[in-house]
Amino acid sequence: MANAPKAHANPPFWRDERALRLLAQLAFGAAVLFFGYILIQNMVNGLRQQGTTLGIGFLQNTAGFDLAETLNDYTRSSAYIQAFLAGLYNTLLVSAVGIVLSTILGIILGVARLSSNVLVRTLATAYLELMRNLSLLVFLIFWYLGVFLKLPLVRDAINWPGNIILSNRGIGIPWGIPTETWPAFKLFLFGGLLLALAIIVIFHFQGKRTGKAPLAIVWAPLAFIAVAVAGWFLQPAAPLSLDLPAVQGLNIRGGRIFTPEFMALVSGLVLYTAAFIGEVVRAGIQAVSKGQVEAARAIGLTSFQTLRLVVFPQALQVIIPPLTSQYLNLTKNSSLAIAVGYPDLFYVSNTILNQSGRAVEMITLVMLTYLMFSLITSIFMNWYNARVRLVER
Amino acid sequence: MTKKLYPILGLLLATAVLLAACGGSPAPATGDAPVEQPTAAPAEVIFTTPSGYGVTLEAVQSRGNLICGVNSQVPGFGYVDADGNFSGVDVDYCRALAAAIFGDADAVEFRPVTAAERFTALQSGEIDVLSRNTTWSTLRDTELGGNFVHTTFYDGQGLMVREDSGITDIAGLDGGTICVQTGTTTELNLADVFAAAGVSYTPAVFEDADGTFAAYAEGRCDAVTTDKSGLVSRRTVLADPEAHVILDVTMSKEPLGPMVRHGDDQWFDIAQWTVFALISAEEFGVTSANVDSMMTSSNPEVLRMLGAEGELGAALGLSADWAYNIISQVGNYEEVYNRSLGPDTPTYIPRGLNSLYTEGGLLYAPPFR
Ligand SMILES: N[C@@H](CCC(=O)N[C@@H](CS)C(=O)NCC(=O)O)C(=O)O
Repeated sequence: MANAPKAHANPPFWRDERALRLLAQLAFGAAVLFFGYILIQNMVNGLRQQGTTLGIGFLQNTAGFDLAETLNDYTRSSAYIQAFLAGLYNTLLVSAVGIVLSTILGIILGVARLSSNVLVRTLATAYLELMRNLSLLVFLIFWYLGVFLKLPLVRDAINWPGNIILSNRGIGIPWGIPTETWPAFKLFLFGGLLLALAIIVIFHFQGKRTGKAPLAIVWAPLAFIAVAVAGWFLQPAAPLSLDLPAVQGLNIRGGRIFTPEFMALVSGLVLYTAAFIGEVVRAGIQAVSKGQVEAARAIGLTSFQTLRLVVFPQALQVIIPPLTSQYLNLTKNSSLAIAVGYPDLFYVSNTILNQSGRAVEMITLVMLTYLMFSLITSIFMNWYNARVRLVER
Repeated sequence: MTKKLYPILGLLLATAVLLAACGGSPAPATGDAPVEQPTAAPAEVIFTTPSGYGVTLEAVQSRGNLICGVNSQVPGFGYVDADGNFSGVDVDYCRALAAAIFGDADAVEFRPVTAAERFTALQSGEIDVLSRNTTWSTLRDTELGGNFVHTTFYDGQGLMVREDSGITDIAGLDGGTICVQTGTTTELNLADVFAAAGVSYTPAVFEDADGTFAAYAEGRCDAVTTDKSGLVSRRTVLADPEAHVILDVTMSKEPLGPMVRHGDDQWFDIAQWTVFALISAEEFGVTSANVDSMMTSSNPEVLRMLGAEGELGAALGLSADWAYNIISQVGNYEEVYNRSLGPDTPTYIPRGLNSLYTEGGLLYAPPFR
């Protein structure tokens, strides 16, 4: 078939479409390379004229500044790289929390948009329109200056039942601090995790073999919780002791304190992104053909069961790709943290850039890091997408 | 399968050809003196920032105005009002420099830059000179690619608290939160001083002065720290200035002055001698009011400075009346100081270290000869 008899000889290459295409690509590639070369040459020249060189050795130098909140044990005498990592962890934290919360809120909004209740539907639509027409930056500053900094001063802090303290220095909630039995307890947690995994695998194969198996989704968590609870009480002392926040001296101490900067950033990002996730969810649900729903109702499923067992699994494959980009958006938008003073990756890198004068290196590092986020997320989502894809008949 | 490889192969080939071509061009060896740079590839000439002896003055003159990086948020130093007018001592320095070059103090374009942007703006050539309460420090003078001319304002870092907090010293801030701006020597000194004093604190760090002081005003922090001049200045724009006190604590030395790019000594000299002209004029009693009569002064040094005698202007690459223009259009150091920071202004700061050496201060300019 491919080698069907040719009526004419090969045309000269300038009339051969494939050769021309190749040439065009070559020319384009060369242009890109040349442009890149000029840019890099220009940069190196500029740097040399100022007597500076490129290199990332400076990341080992002492940072010298303090950061407001870190997940590693960064101090002023740590190296720049530690500061960079502190920023990276903060970005990951905000993104993780943001993704979980905005997904939950987004699903609710998406379903609400399709509700048969007029009030619910209108409210959800109005919310979407509001978010669509808002600048995220302004929204974040509103949450910071307009909401969280307007909470009472520390000395007038509000005490909510359950030992929650509200002030414009942060929101303190009770938190556990590890005691000396915590390391042993961690072993129990690990064991419980292994057991849960084992249950999932065993039930899976049993299901394959016999066509009937208990629900792993119920039993695996139960097993984990059972082991964890046993571990907790088998210890001579509780692995975690309760730490209550309290106003002490100039600030709130104890418990876990969520700073106004963190709260403003997460609130803004979640409320903003959820609106778009809601749209993604709505579109996904609407993409499931009506016949499926009617069939589900015909065999007597309730509307909730229809949603959970028939609509959602099918909607998922429509939802996942755009959802990916919403998650990425949230992560990248979190770089607006600088406007509300939350030390995320971009903010800290900016400080490093400024204190060390290494603009080119730091910008490159930041770009590569965000690029990596994008790549990792899309690799995961592609894999997941391939898994949930339905085999249509 | 093999067909798919063609484009890739092609790209590789193109790269090779290109690299070979580029290898042939006389790429200047690293470590070259940055002065003689009209290199072969035209692209390099088009894109790079002017650098090398004399280029800055030439670029400024052919552009017809000076581009000066200034502050826009610190009254008395660099501030822009609602009508877009700039004022302050750092702003007046820009005017003086423009007067020296063009004989026209208004031939300046002011570019507001934040603490974090300023060095990139200078390095990249976006501004000709940075005059924005910038502290002279080792790294900035070297790796950040700049040179500091003579200090125009000797300052030190301070702390401001609410008066009703009862805090009077650093120890009183133990466990507290302190608002500070990023990209400054301030955030570094804060970490140094509190670590050395063994006082624990949490910083709340913001991008610009407005953000820093807004958070402080809302009670986000127990104290706000920056140069004392900055504290005096920003205190005047707080809702209730009387409710805030500046502690009697000096955390650092902050010599503030203009900064220029590495690599153009002529431009450095011009920027530097503009400061010296302002200081010397005060020392010799030359003011904007009497500068014309001073053209016939009996003091030969005054005559040399004003260009009535000798050729000092030409040595700088400027006209003979460069200093005359500075003083007649902008005034001497004292006039500049009093206009923005004098007793009649809301941002009054006693001269202190910023007095002439003859009055116990640190201002001391080399002789005009
Ligand atoms: N002198 C210090 C600090 C200068 C500084 O940036 N001060 C702040 C606080 S007063 C400021 O001017 N901010 C104004 C702005 O960001 O526009 C330095 O050079 O790093």
